[in-house]
Amino acid sequence: MQEMRFEAPETLDAAVALLTNAEGEARVLAGGTDLLVQLRAEIIEPALVVDIKRIPEMLAITQASDGGFKIGAAVPCQALGENMALKAAWPGVVEGAELIGSTQIQGRASMGGNLCNASPAADSVPGMVAAGATVTIIGPDGEREIPVQDLPAGPGMTTLTKGEVVAFINLPSPAPNSADAYLRFIPRTEMDIAVVGAGVAVTIDDVGVCTAARVSLGAVGERVLLVDECAAALIGTPIDDAALDNLAAAASAATRPIDDKRGTKEYRTRVAGVLARRASIIARDRVGAK
Amino acid sequence: MPDEVKLNDMDSLNWVGTRPARPDGVDKVTGKARFGADLSLPGMLHGRVLRSPHAHAILKSIDTSKAEALPGVKAVVTRDDFNDMPSEFVPAGEMMVNYRDIVRNVMAREKVLYDGHAVAAVAATSASIARKALKLIEVDYEVLPHVIDVEEAMKPEAPLLHDDLFTVGVEPAPKKPSNIAKVVEFKLGDVEKGFGEADIIVERTFNTAPVHQGYIEPHACVASVNADGLAELWVTTQGHYVVRGHCARMLGMDISKLKVTASEIGGGFGGKTVVYLEPVALALSNKSGAPVKMVMSREEVFRASGPTSGARVYVKVGAKSDGTITAGHCELKYQAGAFQGSPVQPGAMCAFAPYDLENVDVIGYDVVSNRPKVAAYRAPGAPISEFGVECVIDEIAKKIGMDPLDIRMKNAAKEGTQAAYGPKFGPIGMISSLEQAKAHDHYSAPLGENQGRGVASGFWFNIGGETCVTMNVNEDGTVALLTGTPDIGGSRASLSMMAAEELGIDVDKVRPMIADTASLPYTFLTGGSRATFAGTTAIIHASKDAIDKMRARAAQFWDVSIDEVVWENGEARPASTNVGDFDPLSIEDIAKLANSTGGPISGRAEINVQGAGPSIGTHIVDVEVDKETGRVEILRYTVLQDAGKAVHPSYVEGQFQGGAVQGIGWALNEEYIYDDNGRLENAGFLDYRIPVASDVPMIDTVIVEVPNPVHPYGVRGVGETPIVPPMAAINAAIEQATGIRFTELPMSPPKVLKALDEAAASGGDD
Amino acid sequence: MPKIHVTTTINGDATEYLCEPEQTLLDVLRDELNLTGSKEGCSSGDCGACSVMVDGRLVCSCLVMGAEAEGREVETIEGMADGEALHPLQQKFIDHAALQCGVCTPGILVAAKALLEQNDDPTETEVRYWLAGNLCRCTGYDKIIRAVLDTAAEIRGA
Repeated sequence: MQEMRFEAPETLDAAVALLTNAEGEARVLAGGTDLLVQLRAEIIEPALVVDIKRIPEMLAITQASDGGFKIGAAVPCQALGENMALKAAWPGVVEGAELIGSTQIQGRASMGGNLCNASPAADSVPGMVAAGATVTIIGPDGEREIPVQDLPAGPGMTTLTKGEVVAFINLPSPAPNSADAYLRFIPRTEMDIAVVGAGVAVTIDDVGVCTAARVSLGAVGERVLLVDECAAALIGTPIDDAALDNLAAAASAATRPIDDKRGTKEYRTRVAGVLARRASIIARDRVGAK
Repeated sequence: MPDEVKLNDMDSLNWVGTRPARPDGVDKVTGKARFGADLSLPGMLHGRVLRSPHAHAILKSIDTSKAEALPGVKAVVTRDDFNDMPSEFVPAGEMMVNYRDIVRNVMAREKVLYDGHAVAAVAATSASIARKALKLIEVDYEVLPHVIDVEEAMKPEAPLLHDDLFTVGVEPAPKKPSNIAKVVEFKLGDVEKGFGEADIIVERTFNTAPVHQGYIEPHACVASVNADGLAELWVTTQGHYVVRGHCARMLGMDISKLKVTASEIGGGFGGKTVVYLEPVALALSNKSGAPVKMVMSREEVFRASGPTSGARVYVKVGAKSDGTITAGHCELKYQAGAFQGSPVQPGAMCAFAPYDLENVDVIGYDVVSNRPKVAAYRAPGAPISEFGVECVIDEIAKKIGMDPLDIRMKNAAKEGTQAAYGPKFGPIGMISSLEQAKAHDHYSAPLGENQGRGVASGFWFNIGGETCVTMNVNEDGTVALLTGTPDIGGSRASLSMMAAEELGIDVDKVRPMIADTASLPYTFLTGGSRATFAGTTAIIHASKDAIDKMRARAAQFWDVSIDEVVWENGEARPASTNVGDFDPLSIEDIAKLANSTGGPISGRAEINVQGAGPSIGTHIVDVEVDKETGRVEILRYTVLQDAGKAVHPSYVEGQFQGGAVQGIGWALNEEYIYDDNGRLENAGFLDYRIPVASDVPMIDTVIVEVPNPVHPYGVRGVGETPIVPPMAAINAAIEQATGIRFTELPMSPPKVLKALDEAAASGGDD
Repeated sequence: MPKIHVTTTINGDATEYLCEPEQTLLDVLRDELNLTGSKEGCSSGDCGACSVMVDGRLVCSCLVMGAEAEGREVETIEGMADGEALHPLQQKFIDHAALQCGVCTPGILVAAKALLEQNDDPTETEVRYWLAGNLCRCTGYDKIIRAVLDTAAEIRGA
């Protein structure tokens, strides 16, 4: 039985070097709210754990001159909610992140970790996908940037290769007259894993017609889905009842869920439409309120 | 039944009915209170249990040699380290346990019978070495077909858990073994005649899920056995005397050799009335010669410690069109888990107990299946049977156009009612709780769209039992109060208040403590809502003993006879001016005189308390149903329950509130989810889903006080009853909001949405 | 295996300890430092009984590695009272009978203190959601919520 080594490098380069040179399984520790659970349950037994929270840029939120945001992979979700500019620009992204677990979890859990844990039910991911976020990945061969939805490969699996680490989440500057929203369904009011999640971002022109939309669904497939049919149901409409009916039907049709302890196929299919509809209304009304 | 006693004058009480700070409060808000896992001893080892991944398998062999060879491992135990025991039933709370089964549940012998069943245990110098050692134990299982569902388990072709289990309670006695351990029946009158007189008959079959007590503190203990066989055990338990008895029997020890100390206990609700880790820790300590600490993980708590039964409940009730119930019949099939002993008997006793009925027939089946052995959970058995009965009565009320409180009022049990399970009730609070429910502003408050209101009543008989108290009068006149019932919910507060009341001293002068098993005679466990009822009864006896001794000392000091000394307001006084002109002697004065008048003073009681009065409550709940997701939100909740007399009203309210919220969890989300291999899939708080703070509203309480005539202050137990009504009340509220009456718990969102969609598809609501 | 040497601050006191890489901060507090006020209810961040503050953020100490505490400021229930003087929340919990068994109480107090330090006028709903990660099975939460709201009112009035 191998012993686990713990490292807390202070630079990204050092982190990449540790991960690249690791013998056996290596894991990145951001907030640890999934990693430590898996360690204690002996689901994973890595040879190396690399804590990235001593790397200053991993804990920073910076806003570029064009209004976009660069968010360190280990920024705790609570800090996202404390950033007023981010909250104003991407309320749906922030509300998704803020739904992960309890207050205690919020003090630790990060969007980077939530994404890399690659659960299809990850609460922060549909919001990021709807917002068109990308991730910056740094590895032994340098840096690459991919859309958020391309990082998970399936439940618990990512497209990262050995030595790579998700360094930043990049959110664009929202287009004028745009807003986003995220809703999830859980049986209780808190503390559950999403049974279904829906992230919606819309742009609405001066006469009230939706000109752009992105709709993302969580927990209804092997990974978070970006559903073009849902966007199509909204674009060119005033997001009225007829459009919302079409959207809900498209959302339900796009799902490919499983039966598990958290929900049935039938239930997830049905509720995906309900939540996509409700989140779209919130996003629409947010544009109206601007 | 014991005789009625003269009730104290309730207007002149100093402490009973007030709300002083609890004596263990500061310890608990500062983190100093020591719970089961908080003790460490020098040289202590860490024990862990290897558990079966199979629901049902023959244990062909267990090879521990590699684990024993791991550096740091000091002892390994398996079935070979425990003696087999013959079948013998002993009481555990309101339930019975069998030594043959305890020894097999603590450590699997011939077979493993559920996912999580203990197979071996190790003690090592660190927790991580112990974990590694478990992986080195090689177990050869021959996996057998398993059965989880209760009705499947009852079928003749079902996989058989025990080939020596023959159904008890049927004639003729069966010749073939089965999974049905026992059949019980309670009858009154003639149900066929009663149904014949009915204008309306409703019959329904309900399914309830097994639910876990969900205490936040996992099972934990520290055992230390010396080479001479003297042993100590520190344990989180509801009854350390019961633990002592079970462990001594299992390990072949004299009871005198084992001293058990109850730690602070982080919740039990019935689940900490049996042994799991304790005999194993003692065996590991015995083998290693070092103290051994064992703590269950949360996963182990769910997989291997007792939930209460899931059940199938068939209820048939007949009534006249004026609401008079003419007959009640129900058939209860309770899961016992892997070993017999479900709470089907108390469930059957309570089923129709809130009602004054002429014709009742309740049949109960105790059924084993490949699940963890059930343990007591708050009013064990009663919430299941009463859920079915209350739902059917509610449906009858609706069908005949009667208010649901009125139909209960019309049929309410009252003083003199003959219960189907035997007793004739004394004064009880059913009618009072219903009247106060009807008068409560909650009952007439307006409701909005998609909202509904439900009511239900609940009954629990309560128990007394062996209870000992010692009251030591210290040198300065303060009092050390030793009791033997672990304090789960603030009972030390109510017990010290009763001592202060009886002695006539300040509650601050009484220091209550939970004695270890060597310091007081046998005291039955905290359960059945007995701790305050039985404890205060014993304290009243012990106080009288102490007061008589103090009167005797005063008499001696004054050189008068004891009959000439009375005890008033905490002082010995001459009974009349004829006795002499003596200044009163306070307890402090007498304590100072103790040595010169014969030595130290204490009051004692060692009694088997009888005459627990049943407690009945009625709950009102408002819900709102999200018709697109099926989620049920609890908007408002009110508990109205008879406490006889509330000693410390805050902790009585706390029992009402806590029980109601456990019932809300039972109603809406809690359940055990097994996969096709019989493995528990939701063995954690994340997916077991007990209510969190944001799931519930404030729980309003009304303490109804119908004095229990055999207690000088009228006290009744209160802890169990509040978990009985919530499921039926919520069911009725959902029915009002949606028009759909559910027959399956939990009423979780997928089930609710499915039913709503089906109702909409079939042409709308009724 | 080599243990990790950690220098940290716990309840204001400079503290050093050795820990195994797999030990959590909760394991270290309880087993190495004998600070057993933080409780282990689940080891998965679902019950909140192990709540502590790390660098001013409320966390579950079961989800923090012991090695991570290097150079951090950790506050536990043991540091909540000021000598003999209870924190107002501690006193209100006793006054309101906001505990029964008391095993969840340390975590709830640490969490409630964190709330009141950033919001001294929370609504009932805000208190309930803030404390949603602190399971209590005894009280039904009613008296806990009342105690927190009453403490907030007292702090505002002072």
